[in-house]
Amino acid sequence: MTAASKPIITMQNITKIYNIGGEEVRALDGASLTIHEGEFVSIIGPSGSGKSTMMNIIGCLDVADEGEYMLDGQSIEQYSEEELARIRNKKIGFIFQSFNLLSRMTAMENVELPLIYQRLPVEARKKKTNAALERVGLTDRGHHKPTELSGGQQQRVAIARALATEPAILLADEPTGNLDTKTGNDIMSLFHELHAAGNTIVLITHSEEVANQAQCRIRIIDGRVTEVE
Amino acid sequence: MFAQSLKMAWSAITSNKMRSFLTMLGIIIGVMSLVVLVSLVNGATGAVTSEIGSLGNDMISVTIRDDKGSPLRLENLAEIASDGAIAQVAPSGTMAATAKNGYSDASVSVNGTTASYYEIQGLELSYGRFIKTTDVDNSSYVVVLSYNAADELFGMDDIVGESISINGRNFQVIGVLAEDTSMMSGMMGGLSVYVPFTVQSRMAGQPYITSLSVAAANDTDTAQTAVENYLLKRFQQDEDAFTISNMSSISDAMGTITSTLSLLLGGIAAISLLVGGIGIMNIMLVSVTERTKEIGIRKAIGAGRKSIMMQFLIEALMVSLLGCIFGLLLSWGILSLVTMIAGSISFSMSLGVVGVAVGFSSCIGLIFGLYPANKAARKHPIEALRYEG
Ligand SMILES: Nc1ncnc2c1ncn2[C@@H]1O[C@H](COP(=O)(O)OP(=O)(O)OP(=O)(O)O)[C@@H](O)[C@H]1O
Ligand SMILES: [Mg+2]
Repeated sequence: MTAASKPIITMQNITKIYNIGGEEVRALDGASLTIHEGEFVSIIGPSGSGKSTMMNIIGCLDVADEGEYMLDGQSIEQYSEEELARIRNKKIGFIFQSFNLLSRMTAMENVELPLIYQRLPVEARKKKTNAALERVGLTDRGHHKPTELSGGQQQRVAIARALATEPAILLADEPTGNLDTKTGNDIMSLFHELHAAGNTIVLITHSEEVANQAQCRIRIIDGRVTEVE
Repeated sequence: MFAQSLKMAWSAITSNKMRSFLTMLGIIIGVMSLVVLVSLVNGATGAVTSEIGSLGNDMISVTIRDDKGSPLRLENLAEIASDGAIAQVAPSGTMAATAKNGYSDASVSVNGTTASYYEIQGLELSYGRFIKTTDVDNSSYVVVLSYNAADELFGMDDIVGESISINGRNFQVIGVLAEDTSMMSGMMGGLSVYVPFTVQSRMAGQPYITSLSVAAANDTDTAQTAVENYLLKRFQQDEDAFTISNMSSISDAMGTITSTLSLLLGGIAAISLLVGGIGIMNIMLVSVTERTKEIGIRKAIGAGRKSIMMQFLIEALMVSLLGCIFGLLLSWGILSLVTMIAGSISFSMSLGVVGVAVGFSSCIGLIFGLYPANKAARKHPIEALRYEG
């Protein structure tokens, strides 16, 4: 961590409360953390500790009930819903544990979708889509639907979709959780390459082995950040 | 973006063709009933109006209901005709009778009239001559047959000089009218024969004139007033003793009836379109729920409320417009078929009714798409992503 890199994500005492049948569940309970530009951070914790909740808040898919979250030096509360959508579109690339591809569309159309929401002209879209697919080594599978692809290939399409917009932050929620070791390693080396290329990456995992590959580890237990190393 | 939304809507519609078709069916039927019914009424109105026009708007019909002790006789017609505004007057006494030619017989409507009837009604002969004043004066047993009557009794129309019997009396055929292909005669049906008024009144036992036709010299309204004044004077100023009408008043009434009719039918059709719209809303709501996850994914990668809203609105609009197009095509087919069957009347879709159908369908697509689209747009991204269909 060099002093020159500025913090891109700052969380102060973030709390997220769910009410299930009248009972209060504190998915996040006063969590604080800072992530700098260009860092490769892993968030590790047992199941139910609030990792996904954290990622959703970082990715502006959800808002915290308490605490302050600053993205790029701007407090998130200042944004309207439409602006949050634009931030998700331009600044953040999501990679979900369950891929979350649109099954009716081909790999190429899936990758193209965030660019459509950016209202880019066709030629620019095609160029970026092809570049992203090439980046994950799936150029020849562009016209396949998700159901015609293997799990690892689907995850690569999901990564390509996240990469297509060249976002400031890549958020990956257990990207290797559903994959075998070999494919998992392939995906991890892709993340290393992306990190080397200057991307900010936040990787969520419950595997120590995967977490150790990151520059910096953040440990969450019961909605609290217990350890940063 | 708009083009992309169209593409997305199209792929959503085509991904479940059967369901989309069933959704459209409401609109298809609605548009079809709207266009077909209104076009049928319009076509019929057009035909009837031109028919009435061809009958001549200068003809005035009078029916006497109560003669107040001073019935109208043949001699009185000359008094009416002496008015400058009136060109010609003819009585028409009608009775039903059985006409026979050898073994073939037919129920006919016997019109007792005079020579001027021919011109007032604008009749046309194909053989022989019409009734003359001398026939009336002499009460000659002569008859002029309509084409249909000749055809029914003789199977041919060149029958001048033959004789037929009407209610047992022998008549000589002096003329046959040209075939009347107009819709009016088709609608009235029946077989008409024409005999001198004096003969008919004797047979019917009705020596007085109860019904007459008048041709105006120039202006129909002045002629009508003249007839009216004459009759009022004769019937002690009792307006209810007779009815008087001319063709233009009939065609005016006709116009009012048909425009009311087409409004009514159009309204009923509009209701079925409305029902179609509810069908769209229903399926769109199901579709929004089914595609909750898709909505979550789209929101996660940056679709705002407006984009989602637009996507579903365009989908609803596209379904209703596609339904509208199918409906218009089917209507066109049906109207062509009806025109082919009807023969004399041509039914066509007016640009106006097509415009109304398209406009109404789009409105319905928009209105009934609004609620589901809004529901989709307002979904919370995380909850939508967590949804497992
Ligand atoms: N939408 C929700 N409604 C109610 N409770 C929720 C919701 N989302 C999360 N929770 C609760 O919040 C807590 C944290 O959930 P979260 O999904 O963040 O865990 P996690 O660390 O990602 O777990 P895993 O490793 O199993 O994915 C859990 O106890 C969960 O039950
Ligand atoms: Mg999780």
